[in-house]
Amino acid sequence: MMTRSSFMRFVGAALLPLPAVPASAQEGAKVLRMVPQTDLKILDPIWTTAFVTRDHGYMIYDTLFGIDAEGKVQPQMVDKYSASPNAKTWTFTLRKGLAFHDGKPVTSADVIASLTRWGKRDSLGQKMFAALDTIEVSGDNGWRMVFKEPFGMVLEALAKPSGSPAFIMPKRVADTPADKQIDDYTGSGPYIFKKDEFRSGDKVVYLKNTHYVPRSEAPSGLAGGKRVYVDRVEWIILKDAQTQVNAIKTGEVDLLSWMPSDHYAALRIDPKLEVVEATTAGSYFLHLNHHIPPFDNPKIARAAIMAINQEALLRAQMVYRDLYKPCTSIYPCGSLLASDKTSYFTGKPQFEEAKKLLKEAGYDGKPVVLMQPSDFNLLNKLPPVMAQLLKQAGFNVDMQSMDWPTLLMRRARKDPADQGGWNLFITGWGASDNMNPMYFAPLTGNGEKGWFGWATDPKLEQLKSEFVATTDPAVRKRLAEAIQIDAYDNGLFAPLGEQKPLSVLRRGVVSGIVKAPVNVFWNIKKN
Amino acid sequence: MLSFLLRRIVATIPVLVIVALIVFLMTRLAPGDPAAVIVGDTGTSADIARVRTQLGLDQPLPVQFAKWSAQVLRGDLGESLFMKQTVASLIGQRIEPTLSLAGLTLVLTVLVAVPLGVLAAWRHGGWLDRALMGFSVLGFSIPTFVIGYLLIWLVALKGGLLPVQGYVRLDQGLWSWLRNLILPGLTLSIVYVALIARVTRAAVAEALTEDYIRTARSKGISERHVLVRHALINAAVPIVTVIGIGVALLIGGVVVTETVFAIPGLGQLTVDAVLSRDYPLIQGITLFFSVIYVLINLLVDLSYLLLDPRIRY
Repeated sequence: MMTRSSFMRFVGAALLPLPAVPASAQEGAKVLRMVPQTDLKILDPIWTTAFVTRDHGYMIYDTLFGIDAEGKVQPQMVDKYSASPNAKTWTFTLRKGLAFHDGKPVTSADVIASLTRWGKRDSLGQKMFAALDTIEVSGDNGWRMVFKEPFGMVLEALAKPSGSPAFIMPKRVADTPADKQIDDYTGSGPYIFKKDEFRSGDKVVYLKNTHYVPRSEAPSGLAGGKRVYVDRVEWIILKDAQTQVNAIKTGEVDLLSWMPSDHYAALRIDPKLEVVEATTAGSYFLHLNHHIPPFDNPKIARAAIMAINQEALLRAQMVYRDLYKPCTSIYPCGSLLASDKTSYFTGKPQFEEAKKLLKEAGYDGKPVVLMQPSDFNLLNKLPPVMAQLLKQAGFNVDMQSMDWPTLLMRRARKDPADQGGWNLFITGWGASDNMNPMYFAPLTGNGEKGWFGWATDPKLEQLKSEFVATTDPAVRKRLAEAIQIDAYDNGLFAPLGEQKPLSVLRRGVVSGIVKAPVNVFWNIKKN
Repeated sequence: MLSFLLRRIVATIPVLVIVALIVFLMTRLAPGDPAAVIVGDTGTSADIARVRTQLGLDQPLPVQFAKWSAQVLRGDLGESLFMKQTVASLIGQRIEPTLSLAGLTLVLTVLVAVPLGVLAAWRHGGWLDRALMGFSVLGFSIPTFVIGYLLIWLVALKGGLLPVQGYVRLDQGLWSWLRNLILPGLTLSIVYVALIARVTRAAVAEALTEDYIRTARSKGISERHVLVRHALINAAVPIVTVIGIGVALLIGGVVVTETVFAIPGLGQLTVDAVLSRDYPLIQGITLFFSVIYVLINLLVDLSYLLLDPRIRY
């Protein structure tokens, strides 16, 4: 008969010799464990524009062009390209040696199929394909695009960093209808997706693509050589901010791609950790509904924008001065198209002028509904401050709290605000979204066909058409400025300033983070 | 016994139908739209409308319900709107972590709570009773996440003894599996020990006032024998009932603990499904939970037969 002590000895013997580390940590392999911004659910980057799906796309797919650290477009999968002087005919040749994860070579037929599918979903892609006359295979692994009218934004479209980037897939996958999700995740990018180990809400696994041929240049933003120095990357899904912090402190993960800002002070002083700037700054924007009163009146819309106090708003949300920067440009401050020509908008409150405008416009005092996503930590502290500022400017404000999915649903409604509609909401954009007027989804003046807020502004659409047609950087800069001034004059929306997204890594263990408009994970070394 | 089983199984059908209908209506009537979540930030109202059509969400509610019901009757819980995986496979992926956590918690709880409750009843009114009941009040009063973070701070961050997050599957080694579950299991056990110890104490204390206990003692039977063989067995029905309820709560209601320790279980899956308005997933999980609850209730009822021969169905 087993006595109590012999039972304990049995239990001890049974437990101790067993391995103490997960099998996924494969002996000898360099495994980078990192926490992504959020959980990955949808794997088709053309089906959704969710940031985390885009980041997943950059792991496994490659792009024809990429935007470098200076914001310039550089060839990536493309070897040579040329455009006719009138920007109507564009020809491209692929780099030699490019192959998909299954070993098959990347051909121009794959490229054309991928662009065709992307062009059905992406807003800039739709514009490009609407202007396109023909796209066909040409020469040795090349293709030619002929436009009906000059289209100067071809390279920028093919290098579009966010929304839906033009990722290249095998033709058999890209032939999937654009309104159906793909289920084959073969790409030609630096990593291979391990479909059999994918557990949404738990872990996403990528292996180094040993057959990937990086460009010879140094990595720069989304351009240059995408070299991989680890064997395996595991995205560990940790939703709770405190758990993320605990996990990196104990070394269970190596990298937090988005630092929880509330923990900044503690993380910054931890000698075992390093806080780094991995992505370019993102911006918060106040969006107004132009479809219904009172913001269908540009004077009233301008009055709301005059109430903005960027410093007060950003401090409330980000707490630490290091983590934010007021910026009145629609385009990220410091980027190629950034401009300080902002009409009346200063980012500082102008309550008296706003009150005057409201009086002139005959604002009837009806409450304006400001939606607050109470569950969205990255921006839920901004609306209460904005509500107070609007009140000081003379608005009657009804701030309504809801969860983020409800806000997303409600912002699509065009009903009056007191019947389930809305007047104002705040959201955040990455630098990759607003670095170019043609990338920035809310910058639409085509009424109900446009983005939420549905502003009607024919001048804006005309300026955008001119912007699309030209390839001249000086003309583009001038047009971008004109677009910005027009947007402010019509009260389309306004930036609330920039927040600095930071990453946290284990000091001395992880190095080589590439600063880019989106989170990228090539070039990272792990000791 | 067999007729009781059959009656109970038949009786569950209307319960499941009503649950299905209520959940279906609640998901559809609550604000929020999966299409808006899928489309993402750069999509427009037209994109949302297109996705709604693709997903069949623009069809009348009775049509949607009829289609889903027909699917369920064929044994198919449908496919997640987001993840291109069947609801059944998603539940399958998440059931192991949840059952592991619930199982470990249950074992820890029963091993600690029942003896504590018996001891408290035995020393009813004494310092041991007051101390144990004080502990159980504390167990109830401190929120689970506070206990969790406290244990993490003490054991994982300061002590470096156990990991702070994650779940390792059982097939990757017993110790790996266990070391990731100890802290969340302890966190949950503290609450459940408090609950079950109190119920055990009350039930055993009442049993100890019965005539058969006095008779047993007067026959010279040892106190340990009296407590375990006579008092505890006779007090088992309410204790087992509470344990049954506890198991049901553990399977579906451990969201906070799963979040704090990043355990990819069913609780997390449910919250994710609700937050993204993944209708088929919400409906599938709820139906699955309903079946589990019904089964646990059935098992509890059947256990009464073993524990108390006077009970006949």
